[in-house]
Amino acid sequence: MGFYETARRLSEQADSEIWEKYTKDDVMRTLRKEQLDERDLQILLSPAAADCLEEMARCALRLTRTHFGHVMQLFTPMYLADFCINHCTYCSFSSIYDFPRKKLSPEEVRQEAKAIAATGIRHILILTGESRKESPVSYIKECVKILREYFSSVSIEVNPLSEDEYKELKEAGVDGLTLYQEVYHEETYRKLHIKGPKKIYRNRMDAPERGCRAGFRTVNIGALLGMYDWRREALFTAMHARYLQDKYPECEIGVSVPRFRPFLGEYNPEHIVTDRALVQIILAYRLFLPRAGITLSTREPSALRDRLIHLGVTKMSAGVSTEVGGHTLEGGTPQFEISDGRSVQEISRMLRANSLQPVYKDWDILESV
Amino acid sequence: MSDPLIIGGQALSSRLFIGTGKYSRNTLIPEVVEASGSQVITVALRRVDPDSNDNIISHIPDRMILLPNTSGARTAEEAVRIARLAKASGLGNWVKIEVINDQKYLLPDNAETIRATEILASEGFVVLPYMSPDLSAALRMQEAGAAAVMPLGSPIGTNRGLRTRELLRILIAELDLPVIVDAGIGRPSEAAEAMEMGAAGVLLNTAIATARNPQLMASAFRDAVAAGRKAYLAGLGPVEETAAASSPLTGFLD
Repeated sequence: MGFYETARRLSEQADSEIWEKYTKDDVMRTLRKEQLDERDLQILLSPAAADCLEEMARCALRLTRTHFGHVMQLFTPMYLADFCINHCTYCSFSSIYDFPRKKLSPEEVRQEAKAIAATGIRHILILTGESRKESPVSYIKECVKILREYFSSVSIEVNPLSEDEYKELKEAGVDGLTLYQEVYHEETYRKLHIKGPKKIYRNRMDAPERGCRAGFRTVNIGALLGMYDWRREALFTAMHARYLQDKYPECEIGVSVPRFRPFLGEYNPEHIVTDRALVQIILAYRLFLPRAGITLSTREPSALRDRLIHLGVTKMSAGVSTEVGGHTLEGGTPQFEISDGRSVQEISRMLRANSLQPVYKDWDILESV
Repeated sequence: MSDPLIIGGQALSSRLFIGTGKYSRNTLIPEVVEASGSQVITVALRRVDPDSNDNIISHIPDRMILLPNTSGARTAEEAVRIARLAKASGLGNWVKIEVINDQKYLLPDNAETIRATEILASEGFVVLPYMSPDLSAALRMQEAGAAAVMPLGSPIGTNRGLRTRELLRILIAELDLPVIVDAGIGRPSEAAEAMEMGAAGVLLNTAIATARNPQLMASAFRDAVAAGRKAYLAGLGPVEETAAASSPLTGFLD
């Protein structure tokens, strides 16, 4: 078993005309319910709900403040290596692009860690391209060892690994896993992933569950919005999150809402996700998954991010560079262009001005005492 | 009238325990402490960052008894490690054990909590376990050396009030320990009701931290807890199904 079976069942339904059959009354009824089911999720993602965003937002804000309070957790990604053997049509790190590839040495990892830690941030997300030669598990472990000296919590966003490899990384001090399915629509997934191990759809889909089984404290999933019909992709993401929540209650499941951004290549997504659609997705996630963390990255422009903090978002990246060594080294190639280039201090000031407390540290990986 | 609550050898005049989470800014904490009249404040050790310019501990007035909690722990072992860390960091020897394995509803794991209570009480901690209101579990926590038990009124942060009323009533009746209702209380009237029922105290955070005016809400809870306690001590009149005349009609027969 696994989420794949659920995904196949959803596929049979989601491509039919499910979205059109719901009415505004259905939406309002759903907003009065305490526990939402799959049908409610469809209702919240439907065109009918697009006319009820204000009502949804009020419920979402209330739920967010009740469960999370007036706080926003901050984190920063740190790119360790951009070597990659995959050819994904939407990513600068794709193996077809010719640019000087980099991987941080232990000294450079330390230098980056110091620079990021100086901003106050204590949660870090480390990223690599997929290359078992250049950035194997042993390399990630070596980096984690250094990073644990500077950060309370280290999460990974790397290629899917086996359960044993995840366990190995957990032992080394990693406590969170982020892994986006990119596209839940299987046919589109095959089209966009042309070469490399990433082609194996199911291996990627099952990886978050392997992470849960390996005992990560947090597992964060998402679809890269823009690659296929957003209603369908959001439906699959939320159902995937609910599946993991139900099966692994001890693991904190989070969702992200990354929208496609310009990169080194020429691919342009066919399914534009407007700001209104993004808002509807965030609200549907919050209402369907009241306790799930919702992460908003710097892919979104600052003016929009400043508004979205009131709609259900609980985690934000800040002070971001998508280049390997982008905090202290020069000459890297960004994985994609960010929109919100503000520093950690600037984001914190914005949050405080909006009566939200920036949280730099929310957890410490436990050592034996 | 002197009516202290004794926990871990400490006499407390206030029966309202408060928290430090969910505030829009940490600088609200001293103002809320002042308005609440509380003497015990719980703090999630996971949020404490001694290297931060805005370390949460620095906002807590010195007179307060710190009740570090093990929020984030998913096993007894993790809770024990957090408690020991708190003590080693100079936060005292009181600890609120929170072991939560269910990230969907945040309901406590009583079995793991009992194990953590056994270990920490034997090490001399003043242990206050947060729990689902189950009598057998509470008795085992009492046996294990808990200084009080902290059953939930409803799930954490929900402001849904005393949904577990009947179970709380049994715990209050059967335990020799103070019962402090923790979690779920959203209104001062619910805090008063818990106290009228005979709870030794209440702990709450969300209801104050998410109020429009946290300081004013803190003072409302202070008054409600005090009123509920007075009513309990005064002895509530019996509740009758039918009207009972103050001057009985058959009194002349006596």
